[in-house]
Amino acid sequence: MTADPMRAETDVLVIGSGAAGMYAAIEAARGGAKVLLADRSLIGRGGATVMAQMTVAVALGSQTDDHWSHHYQDTLKAGRGLSNPALAQLLCEDGPDCIRTMDEWGVGWARKDGHITQAMAPGHDRPRCVYVDFLNTGPAVSKTLRTVVNKTAGITKAGDLCIVDLLHHDGAVVGAAALHLGSGAPVIISAKATILATGGLTRLYRRNSASSNMGGDGYALALRAGARLVDMEFVQFFPIGHLAPRLIGMDPIMWDPFRYKLGGRLLNNKMEEFTQNYGAVENGKYVVTRDVGSYAIVKEVEAGRGSPNGGAFLSFQHVPETKLREAFGPVIDKLAENGIDLTKMPIEVAPIAHYHMGGIAADTQMQTGVPGLFAAGEAVGGANGANRLSGNAITEAFVFGRRAGRVAADYAGKATRGRADADNAPAAIDLIAAGAPDREINTAEMVQTLQATMQDDVGALRNETGLKRALTQIEAMAQDLGDRPQGDGHRFDMRRVDWLDLRNMIQVARVVTEAALARTETRGAQHREDYPDTAPDWAVNQFVSLRDGRIALSPEKAAS
Amino acid sequence: MTEQATLKVWRGTDAAAGHFDTHQVPFEPGQSVLDGLRWIRVHRDPSLAIRFSCINANACKECMIELDGKTVYACTARLTPQEMTLTPLSNKKLVRDLVTEIAPPAERFAPSPDDGLRR
Repeated sequence: MTADPMRAETDVLVIGSGAAGMYAAIEAARGGAKVLLADRSLIGRGGATVMAQMTVAVALGSQTDDHWSHHYQDTLKAGRGLSNPALAQLLCEDGPDCIRTMDEWGVGWARKDGHITQAMAPGHDRPRCVYVDFLNTGPAVSKTLRTVVNKTAGITKAGDLCIVDLLHHDGAVVGAAALHLGSGAPVIISAKATILATGGLTRLYRRNSASSNMGGDGYALALRAGARLVDMEFVQFFPIGHLAPRLIGMDPIMWDPFRYKLGGRLLNNKMEEFTQNYGAVENGKYVVTRDVGSYAIVKEVEAGRGSPNGGAFLSFQHVPETKLREAFGPVIDKLAENGIDLTKMPIEVAPIAHYHMGGIAADTQMQTGVPGLFAAGEAVGGANGANRLSGNAITEAFVFGRRAGRVAADYAGKATRGRADADNAPAAIDLIAAGAPDREINTAEMVQTLQATMQDDVGALRNETGLKRALTQIEAMAQDLGDRPQGDGHRFDMRRVDWLDLRNMIQVARVVTEAALARTETRGAQHREDYPDTAPDWAVNQFVSLRDGRIALSPEKAAS
Repeated sequence: MTEQATLKVWRGTDAAAGHFDTHQVPFEPGQSVLDGLRWIRVHRDPSLAIRFSCINANACKECMIELDGKTVYACTARLTPQEMTLTPLSNKKLVRDLVTEIAPPAERFAPSPDDGLRR
């Protein structure tokens, strides 16, 4: 192992190759920039996009008359008063153009009677959600963007590149230091502009619906580089994540499209519908929003009315088999392989960490306030406030990715050269290429412990006792982790990767927990048992920054 | 007494000089081989190298390995309560343990040409 790093140079570095990162790379390259698209997994395979089996919300008006302003109103309403109106407007206003572009690129949005089909989803005032059949939205989006990335001149791709720290010089971000998994060697990337498209933090939770690389690393990178985060307490729990029977080869969020198309009945262990007791009358339609749905299921379980594995039942037994097959085609056979016959049995579902409303604070140019650093996609906080509307995540990935790519290319065109001799490059190289430590800890077990803590104490239901217990546990884990990496530093060293991940995950877990503890109210995705009401005084966004290595929260009155 | 799966896992960084580690893994019906490998990392040996991203959805297609000599996705191959031999893909360059170089050449990192200038 050598501390002599490999080097790369680019105009625009894009970190993360989900929809936001790939869209950003395409736009930056079209804007004339030399682009390096880096991902810690394979290009366009990891992250959340490829997992999205659901729908994309956009005021296309192809099925029912629509205008972006209606979508915008629904987005603000879902955000429970905390959405950043400018970002929400950008999302809704630019969405249709991106969806049409994706259509031209051959994504294959489902069509009926000559127009793109738009499904009705909870929280929307009209049918607005486009999709690719069957349960294929995310994979189709990833594949389409991968194809365009491959055809676009000026994009260099680098998988297996795990970004460890952003590099800075004179207060600006000038690239990144990375661990090259294939060799174990450090890499110094000089970039005039850097875009974080690293997605959210769902891996912090035991039950989650995203890829294993979504541990909030972009947030930690941004924070350490001097950027601010916002709304970090708001983690969206998707109410009906698959729980039982054990199902392989399918994403746990797969039931949502079934509910869009067929309704379905959500039942407790008395086989009674219950969401009406929490303010959402379903009557065979799927109207319950995510925050209310998650809360209702957790409360039913708490009251002893949960399903055997600790969730709720979801039943389609009232739907005729022909209708099921028409709606879900080959998926019915996949379910049969797993021993599931929807005409004969309900399945069990429970809330699962799905999306993070919070993230890096950015303006509508996707600028973070730190020169040279931009953000895109789920990594950006603010557009969705305290609760995200169904279907807004992929729209946001497209729109924010496109904007970030354009702006970063423009910035890079005007910038002086990125500098390889960044202030913190030696420290980052030292970390990446460290020798084996004296003391071994089980990093994989620590990840699991952190996930359990977050799930149990910083999850869909929160209270002061649990949040304080979580902070104590997180603090103890930070001590246990220490400041020297685990592993031998040779190629594909999972202990080193775990250690570097934990360094970020623990920092981000602490931010989420502190923000949740400070917010003494219930709003959107944050349910405080000890503060069950929404407090008008708390129409506030909490911004997070790092001051002398410590987390500082600054509340600012919400603009929406 | 719960049933156990016996996972015989190839380890090493040199394709010509590896060895097998054998682990007993608690078996529950419906589990995947990847579930078993992840259990080993948490409970027995965090140094075991496997490549995966989506865990369960068979969306990322990263977890290809050989199970008893046949290429499978670890996330969709079912764990069974018997001995299962897991080896890296034999037609790909070995990286470590069960991890092989599966990315197309154009998607692998290559340093910028070094012209000796510090830029």
